[in-house]
Amino acid sequence: MPDKAPATMTAPRLLLVASAGGHWVQLSRLAAAFEGFDAQYVTTLKGARAPCGWRPVAVVRDGSQTDPLALLIMFAQLLFIVLKFRPSTIVTTGAAPGVFAVRLGKLLGARTVWIDSIANSEKLSLSGRLVRKHVDLCLTQWPHLTDAYPDVQCFGSVI
Amino acid sequence: MFRIGHLILLSVGTQLPFDRLVRTVDDWAIATGRSDVVAQIGPSTYAPRSLKAFPFLAPEAFRELQLNATIMISHAGMGSILTALEYGKPIIIMPRDHSRGEHRNGHQLATAERFKAVPGIYVASDELGLVEHLTRLAELTGSARLPPHAPASFTDRLRDFISRP
Repeated sequence: MPDKAPATMTAPRLLLVASAGGHWVQLSRLAAAFEGFDAQYVTTLKGARAPCGWRPVAVVRDGSQTDPLALLIMFAQLLFIVLKFRPSTIVTTGAAPGVFAVRLGKLLGARTVWIDSIANSEKLSLSGRLVRKHVDLCLTQWPHLTDAYPDVQCFGSVI
Repeated sequence: MFRIGHLILLSVGTQLPFDRLVRTVDDWAIATGRSDVVAQIGPSTYAPRSLKAFPFLAPEAFRELQLNATIMISHAGMGSILTALEYGKPIIIMPRDHSRGEHRNGHQLATAERFKAVPGIYVASDELGLVEHLTRLAELTGSARLPPHAPASFTDRLRDFISRP
Protein backbone atom coordinates (compact mmCIF):
# COMPACT_ATOMS: atom_id res chain seq x y z
CA MET A 1 0.00 0.00 0.00
CA PRO A 2 1.42 3.41 -0.87
CA ASP A 3 1.51 5.71 2.15
CA LYS A 4 0.54 8.68 0.03
CA ALA A 5 -2.54 8.98 -2.14
CA PRO A 6 -1.60 8.88 -5.81
CA ALA A 7 -1.74 12.20 -7.63
CA THR A 8 -4.93 11.24 -9.43
CA MET A 9 -6.76 11.06 -6.09
CA THR A 10 -6.22 14.71 -5.18
CA ALA A 11 -9.34 16.89 -5.16
CA PRO A 12 -10.07 18.53 -8.49
CA ARG A 13 -9.24 22.21 -8.89
CA LEU A 14 -12.04 23.60 -10.97
CA LEU A 15 -11.86 26.56 -13.32
CA LEU A 16 -15.45 27.52 -14.16
CA VAL A 17 -15.80 29.94 -17.08
CA ALA A 18 -18.77 31.80 -18.59
CA SER A 19 -19.42 35.11 -20.35
CA ALA A 20 -21.79 37.43 -18.51
CA GLY A 21 -25.51 37.05 -19.19
CA GLY A 22 -27.11 33.79 -20.24
CA HIS A 23 -23.89 31.78 -20.19
CA TRP A 24 -23.25 32.88 -16.60
CA VAL A 25 -26.83 32.17 -15.48
CA GLN A 26 -26.57 28.65 -16.90
CA LEU A 27 -23.20 28.00 -15.22
CA SER A 28 -24.64 29.31 -11.94
CA ARG A 29 -27.50 26.82 -12.15
CA LEU A 30 -24.95 23.97 -12.21
CA ALA A 31 -23.24 24.92 -8.92
CA ALA A 32 -24.38 21.70 -7.18
CA ALA A 33 -21.92 19.81 -9.41
CA PHE A 34 -18.99 21.90 -8.09
CA GLU A 35 -19.75 22.38 -4.40
CA GLY A 36 -16.99 21.24 -2.03
CA PHE A 37 -14.25 21.48 -4.67
CA ASP A 38 -11.70 24.28 -4.94
CA ALA A 39 -13.45 26.38 -7.57
CA GLN A 40 -12.35 29.53 -9.38
CA TYR A 41 -15.10 31.23 -11.40
CA VAL A 42 -14.31 33.51 -14.35
CA THR A 43 -16.71 35.86 -16.15
CA THR A 44 -16.68 39.07 -18.21
CA LEU A 45 -18.58 41.55 -16.01
CA LYS A 46 -17.38 43.01 -12.71
CA GLY A 47 -19.51 42.50 -9.63
CA ALA A 48 -20.77 38.92 -10.01
CA ARG A 49 -20.82 36.73 -6.90
CA ALA A 50 -19.41 33.21 -7.03
CA PRO A 51 -22.28 30.68 -6.93
CA CYS A 52 -20.10 28.39 -4.80
CA GLY A 53 -16.70 28.35 -3.11
CA TRP A 54 -14.76 31.14 -1.41
CA ARG A 55 -12.71 32.53 -4.28
CA PRO A 56 -13.80 35.91 -5.68
CA VAL A 57 -14.88 35.76 -9.32
CA ALA A 58 -12.09 36.65 -11.76
CA VAL A 59 -13.03 39.06 -14.54
CA VAL A 60 -11.69 39.06 -18.10
CA ARG A 61 -12.40 41.39 -21.01
CA ASP A 62 -15.57 40.60 -22.96
CA GLY A 63 -15.29 40.05 -26.69
CA SER A 64 -16.48 38.17 -29.73
CA GLN A 65 -15.12 37.37 -33.17
CA THR A 66 -16.02 40.90 -34.31
CA ASP A 67 -13.51 42.47 -31.89
CA PRO A 68 -10.05 40.88 -32.31
CA LEU A 69 -8.27 43.27 -29.91
CA ALA A 70 -10.70 42.48 -27.11
CA LEU A 71 -10.20 38.77 -27.83
CA LEU A 72 -6.43 39.18 -27.60
CA ILE A 73 -6.71 40.88 -24.21
CA MET A 74 -9.16 38.23 -23.04
CA PHE A 75 -6.78 35.47 -24.17
CA ALA A 76 -3.86 37.00 -22.27
CA GLN A 77 -5.95 37.35 -19.12
CA LEU A 78 -7.11 33.73 -19.33
CA LEU A 79 -3.57 32.54 -19.93
CA PHE A 80 -2.52 34.31 -16.73
CA ILE A 81 -5.42 32.83 -14.76
CA VAL A 82 -4.83 29.29 -16.04
CA LEU A 83 -1.07 29.46 -15.30
CA LYS A 84 -1.68 30.88 -11.83
CA PHE A 85 -4.56 28.63 -10.74
CA ARG A 86 -3.40 25.44 -12.49
CA PRO A 87 -6.85 23.86 -12.76
CA SER A 88 -7.16 20.10 -13.02
CA THR A 89 -10.56 20.47 -14.67
CA ILE A 90 -12.14 23.29 -16.68
CA VAL A 91 -15.88 23.55 -17.17
CA THR A 92 -17.45 26.22 -19.38
CA THR A 93 -20.88 27.17 -20.71
CA GLY A 94 -19.26 29.51 -23.29
CA ALA A 95 -18.81 31.63 -25.10
CA ALA A 96 -15.45 33.11 -26.31
CA PRO A 97 -13.66 32.97 -22.90
CA GLY A 98 -14.73 29.33 -22.62
CA VAL A 99 -13.16 28.51 -25.98
CA PHE A 100 -9.83 30.01 -24.90
CA ALA A 101 -10.01 28.41 -21.45
CA VAL A 102 -10.56 24.86 -22.68
CA ARG A 103 -7.93 25.15 -25.42
CA LEU A 104 -5.36 26.53 -22.96
CA GLY A 105 -6.39 23.99 -20.34
CA LYS A 106 -5.91 21.11 -22.75
CA LEU A 107 -2.34 22.28 -23.50
CA LEU A 108 -1.61 22.24 -19.77
CA GLY A 109 -3.15 18.80 -19.23
CA ALA A 110 -6.44 19.79 -17.60
CA ARG A 111 -9.63 17.85 -18.17
CA THR A 112 -12.11 19.96 -20.12
CA VAL A 113 -15.89 20.12 -20.31
CA TRP A 114 -17.89 22.22 -22.79
CA ILE A 115 -21.59 22.73 -22.06
CA ASP A 116 -23.33 24.30 -25.04
CA SER A 117 -25.93 26.96 -24.25
CA ILE A 118 -29.60 26.02 -24.14
CA ALA A 119 -30.03 28.85 -26.66
CA ASN A 120 -28.53 26.62 -29.35
CA SER A 121 -31.44 24.35 -30.16
CA GLU A 122 -30.96 23.96 -33.92
CA LYS A 123 -27.26 23.31 -34.08
CA LEU A 124 -24.29 23.48 -31.79
CA SER A 125 -22.99 27.03 -31.24
CA LEU A 126 -20.09 28.24 -33.36
CA SER A 127 -17.92 28.04 -30.23
CA GLY A 128 -19.14 24.53 -29.49
CA ARG A 129 -18.30 23.40 -33.02
CA LEU A 130 -14.83 24.93 -32.63
CA VAL A 131 -14.01 23.03 -29.44
CA ARG A 132 -15.99 19.79 -29.56
CA LYS A 133 -13.09 17.76 -30.99
CA HIS A 134 -10.70 19.13 -28.36
CA VAL A 135 -12.60 18.65 -25.09
CA ASP A 136 -12.99 15.56 -22.92
CA LEU A 137 -16.73 16.01 -22.56
CA CYS A 138 -18.98 18.01 -24.87
CA LEU A 139 -22.60 18.43 -23.84
CA THR A 140 -25.61 19.84 -25.65
CA GLN A 141 -28.82 20.60 -23.76
CA TRP A 142 -30.98 19.38 -26.65
CA PRO A 143 -31.19 15.56 -26.99
CA HIS A 144 -31.94 15.70 -30.74
CA LEU A 145 -28.56 17.38 -31.40
CA THR A 146 -26.61 14.29 -30.25
CA ASP A 147 -27.69 12.64 -33.53
CA ALA A 148 -25.97 15.35 -35.55
CA TYR A 149 -22.74 15.21 -33.50
CA PRO A 150 -21.69 11.68 -32.47
CA ASP A 151 -19.06 12.99 -30.01
CA VAL A 152 -21.58 15.19 -28.19
CA GLN A 153 -23.63 13.95 -25.24
CA CYS A 154 -26.71 15.25 -23.43
CA PHE A 155 -27.10 15.10 -19.64
CA GLY A 156 -30.36 17.08 -19.82
CA SER A 157 -30.82 20.84 -19.60
CA VAL A 158 -30.28 23.48 -16.90
CA ILE A 159 -34.06 24.01 -16.58
CA MET B 1 -33.87 54.05 -5.87
CA PHE B 2 -36.52 52.27 -7.98
CA ARG B 3 -38.87 51.20 -5.20
CA ILE B 4 -42.13 52.10 -6.86
CA GLY B 5 -45.42 50.28 -7.16
CA HIS B 6 -45.06 49.17 -10.74
CA LEU B 7 -41.82 48.53 -12.53
CA ILE B 8 -41.27 47.47 -16.11
CA LEU B 9 -37.73 46.35 -16.83
CA LEU B 10 -36.40 46.38 -20.39
CA SER B 11 -33.03 44.74 -21.11
CA VAL B 12 -31.06 43.95 -24.25
CA GLY B 13 -27.88 42.34 -22.90
CA THR B 14 -24.47 43.95 -22.74
CA GLN B 15 -22.86 43.00 -26.05
CA LEU B 16 -24.95 44.36 -28.90
CA PRO B 17 -27.33 47.26 -29.59
CA PHE B 18 -31.01 46.54 -30.14
CA ASP B 19 -32.49 49.88 -31.21
CA ARG B 20 -35.64 48.34 -32.72
CA LEU B 21 -36.70 47.02 -29.31
CA VAL B 22 -35.66 50.08 -27.31
CA ARG B 23 -37.38 52.50 -29.72
CA THR B 24 -40.64 50.52 -29.77
CA VAL B 25 -40.85 50.41 -25.96
CA ASP B 26 -39.91 54.09 -25.71
CA ASP B 27 -42.57 55.12 -28.29
CA TRP B 28 -45.16 53.06 -26.39
CA ALA B 29 -44.15 54.61 -23.06
CA ILE B 30 -44.47 58.11 -24.52
CA ALA B 31 -47.83 57.36 -26.18
CA THR B 32 -49.29 55.90 -22.99
CA GLY B 33 -47.58 58.31 -20.58
CA ARG B 34 -45.75 55.60 -18.64
CA SER B 35 -42.87 56.72 -16.47
CA ASP B 36 -42.20 53.37 -14.76
CA VAL B 37 -39.95 51.75 -17.37
CA VAL B 38 -36.29 51.19 -16.49
CA ALA B 39 -34.09 50.10 -19.37
CA GLN B 40 -30.68 48.49 -19.65
CA ILE B 41 -29.90 49.29 -23.28
CA GLY B 42 -26.25 48.21 -23.71
CA PRO B 43 -24.54 49.85 -26.69
CA SER B 44 -27.86 50.78 -28.39
CA THR B 45 -27.53 54.08 -30.25
CA TYR B 46 -31.17 55.16 -30.00
CA ALA B 47 -31.54 57.67 -27.14
CA PRO B 48 -34.76 56.99 -25.21
CA ARG B 49 -36.89 60.01 -24.33
CA SER B 50 -39.17 58.40 -21.76
CA LEU B 51 -37.33 55.34 -20.44
CA LYS B 52 -34.95 55.60 -17.49
CA ALA B 53 -32.10 54.18 -19.53
CA PHE B 54 -28.66 52.88 -18.52
CA PRO B 55 -26.12 51.34 -20.89
CA PHE B 56 -24.98 48.88 -18.22
CA LEU B 57 -25.98 48.08 -14.67
CA ALA B 58 -23.84 46.38 -12.04
CA PRO B 59 -24.96 42.76 -11.50
CA GLU B 60 -26.34 43.42 -8.00
CA ALA B 61 -28.32 46.50 -9.09
CA PHE B 62 -29.64 44.64 -12.12
CA ARG B 63 -30.68 41.68 -9.98
CA GLU B 64 -32.52 44.04 -7.63
CA LEU B 65 -34.44 45.49 -10.59
CA GLN B 66 -35.29 42.02 -11.86
CA LEU B 67 -36.57 41.04 -8.39
CA ASN B 68 -38.74 44.17 -8.20
CA ALA B 69 -40.00 44.14 -11.79
CA THR B 70 -43.65 43.42 -12.40
CA ILE B 71 -42.98 42.76 -16.09
CA MET B 72 -39.74 42.08 -17.94
CA ILE B 73 -39.20 42.91 -21.61
CA SER B 74 -36.05 41.71 -23.34
CA HIS B 75 -34.27 40.34 -26.36
CA ALA B 76 -34.51 36.54 -26.61
CA GLY B 77 -31.38 36.07 -24.48
CA MET B 78 -31.20 33.14 -22.07
CA GLY B 79 -30.04 35.28 -19.11
CA SER B 80 -33.28 37.26 -19.08
CA ILE B 81 -35.46 34.26 -19.90
CA LEU B 82 -33.99 32.02 -17.18
CA THR B 83 -34.09 34.82 -14.60
CA ALA B 84 -37.76 35.59 -15.43
CA LEU B 85 -38.59 31.89 -14.97
CA GLU B 86 -36.63 31.73 -11.68
CA TYR B 87 -38.37 34.80 -10.30
CA GLY B 88 -41.79 33.87 -11.70
CA LYS B 89 -42.05 37.13 -13.67
CA PRO B 90 -43.94 37.47 -16.93
CA ILE B 91 -41.51 38.29 -19.74
CA ILE B 92 -42.06 39.60 -23.26
CA ILE B 93 -39.23 38.59 -25.57
CA MET B 94 -38.49 39.95 -29.02
CA PRO B 95 -35.77 37.98 -30.81
CA ARG B 96 -32.87 39.74 -32.48
CA ASP B 97 -33.04 39.30 -36.25
CA HIS B 98 -29.62 38.53 -37.74
CA SER B 99 -30.85 39.47 -41.23
CA ARG B 100 -31.11 43.06 -39.87
CA GLY B 101 -27.63 42.82 -38.34
CA GLU B 102 -28.99 42.56 -34.80
CA HIS B 103 -26.93 39.45 -34.01
CA ARG B 104 -24.28 37.24 -35.53
CA ASN B 105 -26.70 34.38 -36.23
CA GLY B 106 -30.34 33.39 -35.92
CA HIS B 107 -30.25 31.55 -32.60
CA GLN B 108 -32.56 34.06 -30.88
CA LEU B 109 -35.28 33.29 -33.44
CA ALA B 110 -34.88 29.59 -32.57
CA THR B 111 -34.97 30.39 -28.83
CA ALA B 112 -38.20 32.39 -29.25
CA GLU B 113 -39.73 29.50 -31.18
CA ARG B 114 -38.67 26.94 -28.52
CA PHE B 115 -39.90 28.97 -25.56
CA LYS B 116 -43.12 30.46 -26.95
CA ALA B 117 -45.26 27.69 -25.40
CA VAL B 118 -43.75 28.12 -21.92
CA PRO B 119 -46.17 29.77 -19.44
CA GLY B 120 -45.05 33.26 -18.50
CA ILE B 121 -43.11 33.80 -21.73
CA TYR B 122 -44.74 36.05 -24.33
CA VAL B 123 -43.02 36.10 -27.71
CA ALA B 124 -43.22 39.17 -29.94
CA SER B 125 -41.89 38.31 -33.38
CA ASP B 126 -41.77 42.01 -34.34
CA GLU B 127 -42.63 45.54 -33.18
CA LEU B 128 -46.35 45.07 -33.87
CA GLY B 129 -46.45 41.91 -31.78
CA LEU B 130 -44.58 43.73 -29.02
CA VAL B 131 -47.10 46.59 -28.95
CA GLU B 132 -49.94 44.03 -28.88
CA HIS B 133 -48.46 42.46 -25.74
CA LEU B 134 -47.81 45.89 -24.21
CA THR B 135 -51.43 47.02 -24.68
CA ARG B 136 -52.67 44.09 -22.57
CA LEU B 137 -49.88 44.25 -20.03
CA ALA B 138 -52.16 43.81 -17.02
CA GLU B 139 -53.25 40.39 -18.30
CA LEU B 140 -49.74 38.94 -18.54
CA THR B 141 -48.92 36.49 -15.77
CA GLY B 142 -45.69 34.87 -14.67
CA SER B 143 -44.91 31.16 -14.54
CA ALA B 144 -44.61 29.07 -11.40
CA ARG B 145 -41.09 29.81 -10.14
CA LEU B 146 -38.39 27.60 -11.53
CA PRO B 147 -35.96 26.27 -8.87
CA PRO B 148 -32.67 28.24 -9.04
CA HIS B 149 -30.66 25.14 -9.90
CA ALA B 150 -30.49 22.60 -12.72
CA PRO B 151 -32.14 19.19 -12.19
CA ALA B 152 -30.06 16.88 -9.97
CA SER B 153 -30.01 14.33 -12.82
CA PHE B 154 -27.78 16.81 -14.73
CA THR B 155 -25.55 18.04 -11.89
CA ASP B 156 -25.05 14.52 -10.44
CA ARG B 157 -23.76 13.19 -13.78
CA LEU B 158 -21.55 16.26 -14.23
CA ARG B 159 -20.20 15.89 -10.68
CA ASP B 160 -19.47 12.20 -11.37
CA PHE B 161 -17.46 13.12 -14.45
CA ILE B 162 -15.50 15.78 -12.57
CA SER B 163 -14.81 13.51 -9.56
CA ARG B 164 -13.67 10.57 -11.67
CA PRO B 165 -9.89 10.23 -11.48
